[in-house]
Amino acid sequence: MGTTTVARPATGGIAASRRRRVVGLATLVVILVIASALSLAVGARALSLGEVWHGLVSGPQDDQRLTEIRLIVRTVRVPRTVLAVVAGVALGVGGALIQGYTRNPIADTGLLGVNAGASFAVVTAVSVFGLADPFQYMWFAFLGAGLAGVVVFGLSSIGRGAGNPLTLALAGQGITVFLAAMTTAIALGDQQALNALRFWNSGSVAGVGFDVIRPVGAFVAAGLLLALFTLPSINLLNLGDDVARGLGVHIARIRITGIVAITLLAGAATAACGPIAFLGLMVAHIARYLTGPDYRWLVPYAGLLGALVLLVCDIVGRLVVRPGELDAGVVVALLGAPFFAALVWLGKFKNA
Amino acid sequence: MNGTELKPSLAPGLRLGTVSFVWRPWVALVTLMLAAAAFLLFCLSIAIGDFPISLSRVVATLFGGGEQVDRFVIMDLRMPRALAGLVVGIALGVSGALTQSIARNPLASPDILGITGGSSAVAVFLVTVSGGAATAISDAVGLSAAALIGGLGTGLLVYFLAWRRGVDGFRLILIGISVSAVMEAITTWLLVKADIRDVARAQAWLVGSLDNRSWNEVWIALWGTLALLLVVTCVAFQFKPLHFGDDVAAGLGVRYGAVRAVLLLCAVLLAGIAVSAAGPVPFVALVAPQVAMRLARCPTPPLAASGLFGAVLLLGADLVARAALPVTLPVGVITAAIGGPFLVYLLVRANLK
Repeated sequence: MGTTTVARPATGGIAASRRRRVVGLATLVVILVIASALSLAVGARALSLGEVWHGLVSGPQDDQRLTEIRLIVRTVRVPRTVLAVVAGVALGVGGALIQGYTRNPIADTGLLGVNAGASFAVVTAVSVFGLADPFQYMWFAFLGAGLAGVVVFGLSSIGRGAGNPLTLALAGQGITVFLAAMTTAIALGDQQALNALRFWNSGSVAGVGFDVIRPVGAFVAAGLLLALFTLPSINLLNLGDDVARGLGVHIARIRITGIVAITLLAGAATAACGPIAFLGLMVAHIARYLTGPDYRWLVPYAGLLGALVLLVCDIVGRLVVRPGELDAGVVVALLGAPFFAALVWLGKFKNA
Repeated sequence: MNGTELKPSLAPGLRLGTVSFVWRPWVALVTLMLAAAAFLLFCLSIAIGDFPISLSRVVATLFGGGEQVDRFVIMDLRMPRALAGLVVGIALGVSGALTQSIARNPLASPDILGITGGSSAVAVFLVTVSGGAATAISDAVGLSAAALIGGLGTGLLVYFLAWRRGVDGFRLILIGISVSAVMEAITTWLLVKADIRDVARAQAWLVGSLDNRSWNEVWIALWGTLALLLVVTCVAFQFKPLHFGDDVAAGLGVRYGAVRAVLLLCAVLLAGIAVSAAGPVPFVALVAPQVAMRLARCPTPPLAASGLFGAVLLLGADLVARAALPVTLPVGVITAAIGGPFLVYLLVRANLK
């Protein structure tokens, strides 16, 4: 880490600022644990924390009520909570990485065409291949998300426009609208596909078991590992391609690693939950506000914040329209957008 | 030809009282050719159908002659659709050119500014929520008008939310994205809750289509668009210096805040009219100004050429959707199918230069 690009803070030395960031990170972890506990307790049937604990650790019981609690906690609440954390980390880190690679403050996984690619693949899976089980078309969603992401990133990396935020945004917009219209064209003629699409489309962390979460978790872990290696280089890339090259960064290799990491993270999360727009964009900005521009700190913060925001939005969605539920993706947009607008209004984002 | 736009001082000028033009023959030629293309496609749109009519008969009927049968088929059956395509295309093209110029960003199409999202949310709400206020509203004012109001309301909301000692293009885009996201979330939620038959109806509206236009709807769109184009033409003379940035514009004596507010309002209204007449047809407002700009070799989207290319794009896409494919598709699918790859092609070509 000899080639650090951290701006020296105005007050206190580097050691002090590092201590502050570590404390912040630890605080986030604690809040995340509390939110997870809440997520296990809140729902159609509210449980006390004691009951949750009992449901988690106890073995089979004779008591009817305790068996029920155990069932709810283990088969409904735990998978839901774990998926919210895994997908939240993936989307948060993915959003921060995209902003880092594109130097684009409004970059989001949705902007890369990942969500549109996944939707298109789901509709194709249902309509053309006749798949009906969400577990089957999840793999299509993953494939679609990945292909769309690679195509958009690839198109925007050709020639002179490489690394230009506008090129990437335009390429993403082009692919997104194109795929969305094709999706609609298929869905209009096929009611079954339309039905699958509208449920998958809302972005929910509920109703998925560990059979889905395990492969998703593996992809996310691989993406995080790759992301970890590229963090110092993103700092250098943000000084401009020429400077980065001069400092010994192998630009093409780093970009490709970044694309693969982002695709793994966003693709896995989107495949499991449906398109959750806006989360990555939002938490990347909050993280930048908290840590400053150093990606070695920004990215972990964004991951934890992503998990926290998705978890809280899922909990809120269970509470606000009882006895029904709002999907987490809808709550993310409904809460996140005004928050984001407020930040814009306060002038937190500068035209980079 | 290359480089004329870089040396405006060498271009001959034309002065009429207080109003002056720069005479650019290439821009005028491109605009004329686009107008001719739009008229040709308009006539083709009328000519092609289950009962084909030759182009000469179409033109004769349009100018007052023609046989009785042709008059009926053309004026009562085909005209509303063709006119809707022409008007909506022009409205979207001009709207996109205005928003892209004001925000100084090619991404700033009406879709980004929340107009499309707002009218979609209102339309889907009226289609999917049955009974009570929703039915009363859609019976009283009609789906199109309600969608128009929804789009305008959202557009104005974005504008006022982005207001902070004036409106800055970057802030406008960011606020637009966030408000659009809210509208999309509401739309998605409505679709999840709704009956599947209603969902199909809503989805058909969401993709954008010129099917089954009535004269009634077309008249509203036509007069609305004409009135707005008049306002835009009057104000746009003040607009040119805005491209140099606020400070230069102010130095040249332009009240940029007022000019921009009026033009943006016109852009929002034009997009709203287009959406209420044809649904949220994707890509025309984004692509038309960009193509017109390249054709006319201007540094910013030229208004007239953008509108005309919008009409060419929409009418051409509608012809393809109706006549060239084995299945009939809504025009929005075709504009997206043409627009998406074309945008990508433009990007790649620009990058490889």
